[in-house]
Amino acid sequence: MDLRELITLSIHAIAVNKLRSFLTTLGIVIGVFSIIVLVSIGSGINSYVTSQISSLGSNIFEVLPGGEGNIFGGFLSTNLKLSDSKNIQRNLAGIGKVTPILQQAAIIKYKNVKIKDAFVGGVSYEYPQVVTSLKMKYGNFFTKSQEASGAPIVVLGYKINEHFFKNRNPIGKRIYVGEKQYTVIAVADKTGTVFGAFDRDNIVYIPVELAQSQFGTSYIRQIVISADSKELIPIAIKRVETTLLKRLTKDDFTIETADSISETVSNVTNVLSLALGGIAGISLLVGGIGVANIMLVSVTERTREIGLRKALGAKRSDILKQFLLESIMISVGGGLIGIALGMAASLIIAKILVSQVTAWSILIAFGFSVLVGVVFGMAPAIRASKLNPIDALRYE
Amino acid sequence: MKNSVPIVWMKGISKVYRSEGVETVALRNINLTINKGEFIAITGRSGSGKSTLMHLIGLLDTPTSGAYKLNGVDVSKLDEDSLASQRNVEIGFVFQSFNLLPRATSLENVTLPAIYAGVSEEERLERATKLLTEIGLEDQLNKRPNQMSGGQQQRVAIARALMNDPELILADEPTGNLDTKSGEDVMNTLKKLNKDDKTIVLITHEKDIANQAKRMLHLEDGEIK
Repeated sequence: MDLRELITLSIHAIAVNKLRSFLTTLGIVIGVFSIIVLVSIGSGINSYVTSQISSLGSNIFEVLPGGEGNIFGGFLSTNLKLSDSKNIQRNLAGIGKVTPILQQAAIIKYKNVKIKDAFVGGVSYEYPQVVTSLKMKYGNFFTKSQEASGAPIVVLGYKINEHFFKNRNPIGKRIYVGEKQYTVIAVADKTGTVFGAFDRDNIVYIPVELAQSQFGTSYIRQIVISADSKELIPIAIKRVETTLLKRLTKDDFTIETADSISETVSNVTNVLSLALGGIAGISLLVGGIGVANIMLVSVTERTREIGLRKALGAKRSDILKQFLLESIMISVGGGLIGIALGMAASLIIAKILVSQVTAWSILIAFGFSVLVGVVFGMAPAIRASKLNPIDALRYE
Repeated sequence: MKNSVPIVWMKGISKVYRSEGVETVALRNINLTINKGEFIAITGRSGSGKSTLMHLIGLLDTPTSGAYKLNGVDVSKLDEDSLASQRNVEIGFVFQSFNLLPRATSLENVTLPAIYAGVSEEERLERATKLLTEIGLEDQLNKRPNQMSGGQQQRVAIARALMNDPELILADEPTGNLDTKSGEDVMNTLKKLNKDDKTIVLITHEKDIANQAKRMLHLEDGEIK
């Protein structure tokens, strides 16, 4: 019996019990569907976060307070000082740009309009050269001398300007950051990116010394460095380390490159994908048990048919193949439907949240549905193939 | 010389069933030769061992001891799959309860043995159509068993038995489920096949059916009387 004949035979057998076959298939459909959708969400989160990180600039790395593996503890650390940033800047002259960052939530106000959920970023004049994705819509970012003058000046994020000035040019207007008045000198263009909890359009930038005195702190949150080229990144990192180790120990700071951040994020999201996929895999397993169950019923129902086929010359392997192919077709059929539905659902989810259908999740889902068909079809098929033709023919 | 080889040659065949330590002798020391072209009826009461003998002749079961050559091939030591191949090529079965696949058409039912013989689909359908036409069922090719009378179903089964052109037709109570008229039709078909050089082995408990065979064999308590 060749494969084409076996397939025809299986289609007939499946078609005989349409409702039963459909319900059995449904178990596999749901399993494969959940694998595709959940893994797609995991991948979507991964690529979204990775693209957010790379949007900051390609040659970027940053210094965070707190030792390796203790980045969260570092949020409370006050190790990094403005002088560290300045020392780094001096030692990286010619190979990179440096900015300190001190960010904090604050209420900002223009006339009677208040924004309560905005961020204030205390940065240096080199900030736009470090985070190169930041472009100005109106005016220019503050200069070295403007920063040094200590004048209360502010650069508005896109959303802030939208809110206060309806996107019109606000240069020269005065707004309140906390209790202090600042003069608007520039407006940033829309970046459309969110980094962590940090919406880069819902922010105002002020010189870092002003931020320190306004917030009453002597430390800074992080130092962001952009090497002038990709090749210079290792040298720049080395110099940053040397500079910092003069005052601090290895446990006081951590250097994160865009790559290492991406890697960390990828690790987290991969675990997430696996966990979600694993949960979905359980439903596929349950679906497989359904297939095994129905195949056993089918073998019992068709005992006489099996006996007859054997009497007429079917070998063990013919019967085995026949029943195995039937269960494979049920589960692969379910798998294909599940993949189609899962892809459709993922495309819809991608419009609302994040989701990305990956080739490997489809391959794995398809592979698993074949595997389920083989594994759960094997026992019933073996049972069928071992039936004694005499007993099977007598079976009522 | 080929014609001189008997289709069935059995020597000292015994079949003993063991269950829970109890031995039941179904057949003892059967010596049987059936030559090509014979029409032989095997009779006996139920429990006489005629079904067991039919299973052995039909290679559906293996003897406990003794030698069996089917068409010159020693089949007493063959494994399950080789037995299946021998059944497929050498024997055409006709059963009391027809044993047609209920959801398959006459054509599909008749082609079944040829599928396992590896015959191409085109050839299969051509031959099945020819056989069904010869047996008078040319207008029933695409009917399913439940759309036909018992006599028609049994004739489909006979056509199926002829599909791989075997030497031996093994008919187990072929008229048992049929009315007199249909039974006669089936017997006439078997006689005609015998005229065309097929060897027919008929198992029956009905005297008047057995009498239509050229030779009769009576089994009693597992022995030929």
